[in-house]
Amino acid sequence: MDTRIIVVTSGKGGVGKTTVTANLSARLATEGYSVVAIDADIGLRNLDVVMGLENRIVFNVVDVIEEACKLQQALVRDRRIENLFLLPAAQTRTKEAVNSKQMKELCDSLRGKYDFVIIDSPAGIESGFRNAAAGADEALVVVTPDVSSVRDADRIIGLLESGEKKSIALVVNRVRPAMIRSGKMLGVSDVSDILAVSILGIIPEDDNVVISTNRGEPLTLGSPSPAARAFENIAGRILGRDIPLPDPGSLDEKGLLAGLKKMFGRQGGRG
Amino acid sequence: MGFLNRFFQGESSRQSARKRLQLVLIHDRADISPETLERLREDLIRVISDYMVISEDGIELELERDGNSVALVASIPVLEVKRQRFRDGDR
Ligand SMILES: Nc1ncnc2c1ncn2[C@@H]1O[C@H](COP(=O)(O)OP(=O)(O)O)[C@@H](O)[C@H]1O
Ligand SMILES: [Mg+2]
Repeated sequence: MDTRIIVVTSGKGGVGKTTVTANLSARLATEGYSVVAIDADIGLRNLDVVMGLENRIVFNVVDVIEEACKLQQALVRDRRIENLFLLPAAQTRTKEAVNSKQMKELCDSLRGKYDFVIIDSPAGIESGFRNAAAGADEALVVVTPDVSSVRDADRIIGLLESGEKKSIALVVNRVRPAMIRSGKMLGVSDVSDILAVSILGIIPEDDNVVISTNRGEPLTLGSPSPAARAFENIAGRILGRDIPLPDPGSLDEKGLLAGLKKMFGRQGGRG
Repeated sequence: MGFLNRFFQGESSRQSARKRLQLVLIHDRADISPETLERLREDLIRVISDYMVISEDGIELELERDGNSVALVASIPVLEVKRQRFRDGDR
């Protein structure tokens, strides 16, 4: 089994790394792949609540690294989705509790055992980010279409490139189709032009993200929504399916209707 | 209304974001701050002045981006080239 190890990172905080890690992991597992989601935000544990697994944590990633427990004991198994596991962050420790070499060894110890390892990185460009990225071969950079997020993403991409990641791709999150249509927001193509990195997925601003996070349920297990659709497509593209990127201005109901009128009959992935 | 907006504001907020980002990233990527650029300018003036008389006010120093690479482009108006013996004598 060839394990793909992907770090989800951004530079700027609050742009959607944890949301992307949780929902992408859930979707890949729903598709039948075995997935370990690692929360590398040591001291600011969050992935557990977003995934709805906070009540079942016994050990954490620092315990594994310090050999206070076996890896298998620390992995929290999701009861709704088969083959989905969470390796939680330590909450009462700081990021100094681990180093890059240890994180790399941890990731390598998962190779051959799972299909995917998805690592949720903390914000920033310091040791927390470096540790999270150390063991990954691929990187997803989450960016929102605003100047500060794009600028920070550029720094992160520079660091990832010098760290020789095999592939770097963008996930543009919180896209507001109406603002895109009226030219008030940076377009998705602007973001990829400026950063000179290709886009893996586009996620619209969607209340369902907040609702699913409140419940601790993956979006793709709930009722259909633009954001759920986006995650299905992102997972599909990671799995190598040829799913065209949607027109970002079409990702809400109004845009959808206009788009349908213009080219009814044409099918393809939206999101 | 869209037309009037554009008329009064000059460009859409999308365009300003794009332009401002492109500029700021040139500096970020080259890792050169405006202060550093100013020091470079002063150093250049000092070195070049040994060889020729230049117009300090006319100097244009810019980092230009081409795709992913950045070039330092300097335009330095020369007023007079100093004679060889003065230059050698300076050393
Ligand atoms: N596409 C979206 N639509 C609406 N809210 C979103 C979206 N993506 C993220 N959010 C919200 O933004 C906040 C920050 O997201 P989070 O994933 O925790 O960011 P990060 O891990 O990068 O700090 C959360 O409250 C989340 O629910
Ligand atoms: Mg987070």
